[in-house]
Amino acid sequence: MNMTSENLIILSIVLPVIASFLILLADKKPNLREAITLITATIIAAVTITLGSRVLAGERPELFITEVFPGISINFAIEPLGMLFALVAGTLWLVTSIYAIGYMRGHHEKNQTRFYASFALAISSALAAAYSGNMFTLFLCYEILTISTYPLVTHAGTAEARKSGRVYLGILLGTSIGLQLLAILITYAVTGTLDFRDGGILAGKMDPSYAWLLYALFVFGVGKAAVMPFHRWLPAAMVAPTPVSALLHAVAVVKAGVFTILKVTIYIFGADFITTSGANDWLVWFAALTILLASLIAMTKDNLKARLAYSTISQLSYIVLGALIATKLSIIGASMHITMHAFAKITLFFAAGAIMVAAHKKEISQMRGLGKAMPLTFTAFTIGTLSIIGLPPFGGMWSKWYLALGTVQAEEWLLLSVFMISSLLNIAYLLPISIRAFFSKPADGVEYTEIKEAPVPILIAISITSIMCIVLFFYPDPFYDLAQAAVGGR
Amino acid sequence: MIEQHISLLIVAIPLVLAPVVAVLPNGKLPWLATTVIAWAVFMLAWQQLEMVSGGTSISYELGGWPPPWGIEYKIDTTNALVSLIVAGIAAITMIYASKSVTREIQESKISLFYAAFLLCFTGLLGIAQTGDIFNLFVFLEISSLSSYALISMGKKRQALTAAYQYLIMGTIGATFFLIGVGLLYAMTGTLNMADLAVRLPDLLGHGTVNTAFAFIMVGFALKLALFPLHLWLPNAYTYAPSVVTIFLAATATKVAVYVMLRVIFTIFGFSEIAATPADEIFLVLCVGGILIMSFYAIYQTDSKRLLAYSSVAQIGYMMLGVGLGSMLGLTATLVHLFNHALMKGALFMAIGAIVYQIGSSQIKDFAGLGKRMPWTFGAIIIGGLSLIGVPGTAGFVSKWYLVLAAIEAQSWLLVIVVLVGSLLAVAYVWKLVEVLYFQDGEAGTTEVKEAPLLLLIPTWALVVANVYFGINTDLTVGTAETAVKLLLGGGS
Repeated sequence: MNMTSENLIILSIVLPVIASFLILLADKKPNLREAITLITATIIAAVTITLGSRVLAGERPELFITEVFPGISINFAIEPLGMLFALVAGTLWLVTSIYAIGYMRGHHEKNQTRFYASFALAISSALAAAYSGNMFTLFLCYEILTISTYPLVTHAGTAEARKSGRVYLGILLGTSIGLQLLAILITYAVTGTLDFRDGGILAGKMDPSYAWLLYALFVFGVGKAAVMPFHRWLPAAMVAPTPVSALLHAVAVVKAGVFTILKVTIYIFGADFITTSGANDWLVWFAALTILLASLIAMTKDNLKARLAYSTISQLSYIVLGALIATKLSIIGASMHITMHAFAKITLFFAAGAIMVAAHKKEISQMRGLGKAMPLTFTAFTIGTLSIIGLPPFGGMWSKWYLALGTVQAEEWLLLSVFMISSLLNIAYLLPISIRAFFSKPADGVEYTEIKEAPVPILIAISITSIMCIVLFFYPDPFYDLAQAAVGGR
Repeated sequence: MIEQHISLLIVAIPLVLAPVVAVLPNGKLPWLATTVIAWAVFMLAWQQLEMVSGGTSISYELGGWPPPWGIEYKIDTTNALVSLIVAGIAAITMIYASKSVTREIQESKISLFYAAFLLCFTGLLGIAQTGDIFNLFVFLEISSLSSYALISMGKKRQALTAAYQYLIMGTIGATFFLIGVGLLYAMTGTLNMADLAVRLPDLLGHGTVNTAFAFIMVGFALKLALFPLHLWLPNAYTYAPSVVTIFLAATATKVAVYVMLRVIFTIFGFSEIAATPADEIFLVLCVGGILIMSFYAIYQTDSKRLLAYSSVAQIGYMMLGVGLGSMLGLTATLVHLFNHALMKGALFMAIGAIVYQIGSSQIKDFAGLGKRMPWTFGAIIIGGLSLIGVPGTAGFVSKWYLVLAAIEAQSWLLVIVVLVGSLLAVAYVWKLVEVLYFQDGEAGTTEVKEAPLLLLIPTWALVVANVYFGINTDLTVGTAETAVKLLLGGGS
């Protein structure tokens, strides 16, 4: 492509919005509607990869839109971290779209038009968040993302969906308006700017003894990162159709949250200011506790999606903890974990959805022996599991490796042990699912003869993501390079 | 010629033409005349704002009598902005009125309705334009009396009690104001605001002057429905015809806030007020208003009443900036004056469109309407987000300056109150959105269609304005800052 990077930024934000309108217009023609989604998703994937290669080559495209307040503008500026996030969200949208077509049709969902239209809007705002050039723009996109995903969460329209929608909106809007906005305003009042700058903008401007308070406002204010006690929205959001849980509540939305925390850490505070001011002293324990508690809760959940949701909460706090430790290696690890966890967790959700469509089962206890009927699905599930645990030869190993090294670099031995214990917990709550599916007999002695694998689009999608889990072990380089560029300066 | 008399024309045109409209035959003609008048005045108000936007002011001597003997119209950026809000909302409301009034007002009263509307319009503009405090009282009475009449034209019988309630409260307020003005006149011998500002500093601390100040404040607190003097407002907004609710909600309270600003900052001067407990009392009442009234809004079952309580809470935000008395605080007040007119205008119009289609403003009757009336629903969502203060909307700009002002004053309690107020807004806005969105309502709603275009166009004009002024703040913040500099500079 010969378009300038600035135009590509516009394209990646505007095109999904246009697609969303076209989808609404194609309401009565499902095939045309899905074609619009697929074509748009393909273009977006290509655009993101093009931008990714340019950013890797050292380009830093910027795009100014308008000035809202004195010193505060809506502008986009791609830096390595944002590119990393955009690459994950942009490419996985295509895979999820393929999956969604199989799932939504196989599951006979209603209101599919609204589903695809909202989905495109959500992706647009996630990409816009990734490319945001200052905290104001990021906050703007963050809020749009919350609101555009509301129709997806409440898709079923049942009383339960409505209740979940309230929890979802209540926590996400509540934390962002009550805490994050306050943090942003204090930052602006102190520094007079909200730009993302290497080394941060607060150092030298802010009294270090209050830095912990501001940092806490940011960390808890970014409700999408699901640090306890503001995690309840994520299990609630599982009432949504599986493609939504897979892409938005394992990748785009939650990663937008941890991404925001990383951005704040690197470009607002600056890693040095955090370590010298001790802003992270007790916050790290919130993240550490979230990692452990969420894993423990995951064990008690029999509903597969609920278990995966708590697993996500735990894994998100890996990234938050990596950011909070604020050493070079831990931030590299945290950034890479955005990618690695994304591919692994989306595989798990895809598998969960496939089981729901093909076997109509949601409870883990009913999945014994299902592996023989759905070997491909459960193989993928196993690959995802192993990558989450962090074993070679799966991508998840790398991010855990750097996160652990980060704790060593900071000489936080207790936190290192948190990562280690958590890995063991991962094994305990994820691996038995595959083992029982493959090696146990069904509980009631019935053989699953009538159950077959899920529809083909679903299988294609699962295969792509699970293969990617392995590929990322051998070729993590683009993501590693981006992560390193983010901490190493431009 | 026009430029020279612009300040007078803005008030005189609707005043002179109101009786003409009253004798026009019922039908479309009164509407047409009123619409043309409203738009003409809007153009003039726009031009007037441009003339003073640089920070200069216009002084117009009525009948050629120089002030302080004659009545003076003194226009600076502050009241030019207020006049523009009033005229702009009137102009847009008139487009809306063509359908809505025909449905809600008896055929035989249509020309009287528009005449009363024009008088109310005149009164509000006059309050904004005049530089003479007694003249202000006269316009206050014109606008009040006509709005009692307008409210009483509501379809339901409760409209009569609502109007009566407002009449009693409004008259008490106006009387208090007049007593205050009388006392000031007794002390200074002048009624011209600029002249008062010159003479009062020597007399401050005098018992009579303090009493005058208290009477004026309480009187106008009644008019602007500052908590806990808001009791007339929910009924009035709920039972008035849609067009009247839209117009009054977007303008009447704003004009009252403007008078507060004038009295506090131009006539008395904030530094003197800060010496009395008045500013602390304001802050306490605003905090109470924001929190308690937002809670009330959450528990309403009628959509218009819900928005009415929300309005009382929002008045708290505006007066909060006045209580802080800082540059940022007053900027927030003026910006919110403008932005709140946009968001409440849009929301009341959207609700009015639903009422137009289903004949009820009860929230429970709205179940599942979102799909049948997608454009109206979209307007409620965006208007609601603006009310909450989500970034990208006008409401966010107001909140931004208000919180910055509170941070600057180091009053963390106020910061928390403003943010908690936003969260309560999420609760009551989403109460509406949820009912409209989900579809398990009774089958009766399936017949409902989208509102007519003539209702949707003005609604969406305001919705688009909500988004536009959320991203481009040149007009709102720029004008407000110029105005605040004048207010603070002239007061002390």
